Amino acid sequence: MSTLHTVNKTPFERNALQSCVGHLSPGDALLMIEDGVVGARKGSSATAMVQAALASGGVYALASDLDARGIRPEDMIEGIQRVDYGGFVDLVAQHARTVAWL
Amino acid sequence: MAQKKKFLYVNRKAPYGTIYALEALEVVLIGAAFEQDVSLAFLDDGVFQLMAGQDTAAASMKNFSRTFKALGDYDVRKFYVERESLAERGLTVEDLMPITYEDEAEDYAEKPSIIPVSRAEMAALIAQQDVVLSF
Repeated sequence: MSTLHTVNKTPFERNALQSCVGHLSPGDALLMIEDGVVGARKGSSATAMVQAALASGGVYALASDLDARGIRPEDMIEGIQRVDYGGFVDLVAQHARTVAWL
Repeated sequence: MAQKKKFLYVNRKAPYGTIYALEALEVVLIGAAFEQDVSLAFLDDGVFQLMAGQDTAAASMKNFSRTFKALGDYDVRKFYVERESLAERGLTVEDLMPITYEDEAEDYAEKPSIIPVSRAEMAALIAQQDVVLSF
């Protein structure tokens, strides 16, 4: 059964997203939370990493953290799904393990 | 007794600059009392935790690197170190402390605890775990 990976750091300051994407297994899901959601914005230097994750499995971003940072749905890389806290819980329940990339 | 679970402690930060590495070690030591199937992973700057020749005297901090050598006595014997992370930092396995355990099945022969793995092998290792704790 697959793994849920959470990333809570911006890719422009830390390598958490890069390292996470380098350790995805096929079918794994990636959830951006806290400052991790800034990686969801399209047209950035981190887009290729996010697209690699999208090719591997589902990519999600926490809506409240996106909203707080002014990242609108139309600003996001195509394919990333917005989830609320309930969706976060569902993702945890749907995967065998959760790995936090800090 | 409940079935053993596979625990992986993921270490991604260098020692001393932040509390993460020391806290991970504390949790590993506490967790060892629960007799689970424990593995440690060292990737990204986490590989610096295992550097040979750490000397914290002038920095006035506790040198906890020696504690890794004692973990074999607590049945913590699998130290997976990512080759790509070493190479990115200009390091090789030879730059790391020798860490061994005594194999009671083979007349207490000293065996290496450090297991170099590729990034792909590290991803596969993560996928085998019941619980992953990140530091």
